[in-house]
Amino acid sequence: MLVESPPEQRAETAAAPPSRRAVRAVGLLASLVLLALVALASIAIGAKELSLEQVWHGLFEDSGTYGDVVVADRLSRTVLGVLAGAALGLAGSVLQALTRNPLADPGLLGINAGASAAVVTAITFFGVTSLSGYVWFAFFGAAAVGALVWFLGGSRGATPVRLALAGTAISAALFGYLQAIMILDDAALGRMRFWTVGSLASGSDSTIVQVLPFIVAGSLLALALARPLNAMAMGDDTAKALGANLNRTRALSMLAATVLCGAATAACGPIIFVGLMVPHVVRSFTGPDQRWILPYAAVLSPVLLLGADVIGRIVARPAELQVGIVTAILGGPVFILLVRRRRTAQL
Amino acid sequence: MKTNRAVRSPGGLSVRLDVRALTVVVVLLLTALTASVVLIGTGDFPIPAGDVLRTLVGEGNAGQEFIVTELRLPRVLVGLLVGASLGLGGALFQSISRNPLGSPDVLGLGQGATAGALTVIVLFSGTAGQVALGALAGGLVTGFAIYALAWKRGVHGYRLVLVGIGVSAIVTAVNGYLLTKSDIVDAARAVVWMTGSLDGRDWDQVWPLLALCAVLVPLVLANGRGLRMLEMGDDVSYALGVRVERVRLLLMLSAVLLTASATAAAGPVSFVALTAPQLARRLTRAPGPNLAASLCMGAALLVTADWVSQRAFGAEQLPVGVVTGVLGGVYLLWLLVTERRAGRI
Amino acid sequence: MSGTGSTLNHRRSTVNRLSAENVTLAYDQRVIAEQLSVEIPDNSFTVIVGPNACGKSTLLRALSRMLKPNAGRVLLDGQVIQSMPAKKVARTLGLLPQSSIAPDGITVGDLVGRGRYPHQGLLRQWSAEDERVVQESMARTGIAELADRYVDELSGGQRQRVWIAMALAQQTPLLLLDEPTTFLDIQHQIDVLDLCADLHEEHGRTLVAVLHDLNHAARYATHLIALREGRVIAQGAPKDIVTAGLVEEVFRLRCQVIDDPETGTPLVVPAARGTRAKGAAEKAGAMR
Repeated sequence: MLVESPPEQRAETAAAPPSRRAVRAVGLLASLVLLALVALASIAIGAKELSLEQVWHGLFEDSGTYGDVVVADRLSRTVLGVLAGAALGLAGSVLQALTRNPLADPGLLGINAGASAAVVTAITFFGVTSLSGYVWFAFFGAAAVGALVWFLGGSRGATPVRLALAGTAISAALFGYLQAIMILDDAALGRMRFWTVGSLASGSDSTIVQVLPFIVAGSLLALALARPLNAMAMGDDTAKALGANLNRTRALSMLAATVLCGAATAACGPIIFVGLMVPHVVRSFTGPDQRWILPYAAVLSPVLLLGADVIGRIVARPAELQVGIVTAILGGPVFILLVRRRRTAQL
Repeated sequence: MKTNRAVRSPGGLSVRLDVRALTVVVVLLLTALTASVVLIGTGDFPIPAGDVLRTLVGEGNAGQEFIVTELRLPRVLVGLLVGASLGLGGALFQSISRNPLGSPDVLGLGQGATAGALTVIVLFSGTAGQVALGALAGGLVTGFAIYALAWKRGVHGYRLVLVGIGVSAIVTAVNGYLLTKSDIVDAARAVVWMTGSLDGRDWDQVWPLLALCAVLVPLVLANGRGLRMLEMGDDVSYALGVRVERVRLLLMLSAVLLTASATAAAGPVSFVALTAPQLARRLTRAPGPNLAASLCMGAALLVTADWVSQRAFGAEQLPVGVVTGVLGGVYLLWLLVTERRAGRI
Repeated sequence: MSGTGSTLNHRRSTVNRLSAENVTLAYDQRVIAEQLSVEIPDNSFTVIVGPNACGKSTLLRALSRMLKPNAGRVLLDGQVIQSMPAKKVARTLGLLPQSSIAPDGITVGDLVGRGRYPHQGLLRQWSAEDERVVQESMARTGIAELADRYVDELSGGQRQRVWIAMALAQQTPLLLLDEPTTFLDIQHQIDVLDLCADLHEEHGRTLVAVLHDLNHAARYATHLIALREGRVIAQGAPKDIVTAGLVEEVFRLRCQVIDDPETGTPLVVPAARGTRAKGAAEKAGAMR
């Protein structure tokens, strides 16, 4: 839709050994299978362990037994995990491609914090209580912070360090704002302290229904941006020479990231590092081709998110460790490792 | 060289003076002291400035004496010391990381101290003194962890920043978790502490801070020249004979100690460490870390912010951290505007 | 100087102030040079040349104490350079690195002044001598009238001079320069090289520079060291060692070497291929 690949590129991809494409396709299929398995685990494992038979019963022959109720509950949670995971993974991949910064993550760049702050504002000051109401605030918050971080980080001259710093500084400011609200409004404190950490526990069916169209729309947009992002990866000048429309690509990418992050955050609260880790892992076996990175990210991010959720449920039995914390504890060391591996010139 | 002068003694000793910077330092110091006197006079029982001064010298009446020396003076002293520590610590961090946004609040030290404090509040329901100790321990451990994790045959500014951000993210999540695990009373107490406040600070907080500053401030200022060379890049500093790793380690250590103890005393007061050095630099117009000016600016800022937090909202007193938080938000936006105008955007 | 250059190659290191003995240089696990020995003749203008990634910058960093050799040692005035006090080395050896950052808002005079750091202390912050040396360094590099300007306002060529002035203000008998002409246009490249030649000739300073342009090196150096893949292929006066054979061996480039009409030093003229070679057009015409 957006960029015609020049003759050399077309010839290259045609000449790329069909075996490589076949391998990648098979890999994608395998990832889908993995996702199904993890989803199954997500339904079976928890405070009450369910046998596979009970899971089957709950999924396909729902007759109201206790096991069925648990299954239904966990099913919503799992579906939410798949949606939010895919959204965060795609947003992260798009942001990394857009900023040409391998350390970009919607959480780290403060975009999720922007969405949360906007949602809190909506709930506290505008009395908006339904998700389909405050999700629009989330979009606005995500977009505003995204733009702010971009400019504060130096836009064209943005290095990974400056962007990360800008994101963290703005997150700190937003968190201060949230704290002020929590101090002034006791009721807000009661609600908000559960909301500053992302969790899949809020996954009710109505949440899913309300957030689904946004995530689907954002995902489709992101997937369609694969080719233009490939062009952008080679630098502004080269991209222009290849016929890419830079501003349109940038705007649409920001739109996709905003919608995806906003929806995911509105549904689950802020979750960080998913959008950072998965594209890195994916890149190591797909190479830098966004046409493969994006689909893989969309499939493997839910694997990560659901996996983290399962871990959170196992580790703190019978209570649970929210998924936002697990991803932070898992992702933090990964991030630091990535930073250590890069040479300082690349930072 | 425009405002630089050198004062030379016949014995071959000489000291370099930047007249403008020196003036700024003196003015800021006076501002801080004036604001302190005004602040002491503020409260439920207002005391005119003249009386405050008289009481400080020992010639006030008994009633005022109690209020001033037991209630308000220690609070103001804590404010001055915390502001100075944060200003200086912030200047050191920003200089080492070579980025105006590289401040201890952003790099996870505040979060680390919070983690220590929260642990004490939520898991042990500790007293205020224990909370302060927990915060100190948390801040120190986090600072060392960040330095150690960023160390790879030496510490480069950028890696330090990014590792700090990573650690900050992890610790923030842990803090969020601790908040959800506590009961509502502890949570309310925690959130108040986390915002940074000078309420109820007394002489118990003053002495440790004073002792620490008395040791660290001269040490840091003495190493200011080396830090100035470091700003030109590791290669150049090395070539000029600066012991790069040693200076950086010493200054980082001091910065972590200063920030952690300030946070232990008053909670994580946001954005003083971020804004004081930058504002000081705008005033002195001198390149380099501007250590003394940042110190005085931090002190002046915090005391003024405390006065604002007590007067500006009528009956409702806000923790000083809220005022500095607003200041920080405004500062970030202003930074945005000036960067834009400077054409860096 | 050429005669002394070649005989120096046979002398022991006790004569020269700066030398590397059997050093192994590596970054992380990547070994750049092994068992490399190099002597920098005193009072020479030594230039190190070689293709990309041959180790010339690495060698310079080792000579300036910034890179610790994995094996072997670098000697300055008979002592192992790594164990000498930092300020002492800084008073003997000056370095113009490739990467340097000019702090925001610093003036030229201030920046040059910072070069006096190795001679200063806590209570000796700015003596009359410091002032004099700074003025002199700025005059030598032709930037005296820029003293109050901000460094970030200057052009690339001017800025390079400021950094050189700063290195000069250190007042060291040895000066190392890492690719001082990169990113400069041709006029400024020659300016900087002429300045280096002056510095060398006037006070007998020893200069060691890494240059990527072989012709510049051949023109200005009194002693040339050609490296390839971490080994010294040849060293000596340019007139003695710069031959077509050497260029082919070190740079894998076919050429002919003629005398520079301005200076008489060797001038490398790369061989032309195909239709660009003089006489090729006639040959092609004759063949039809």
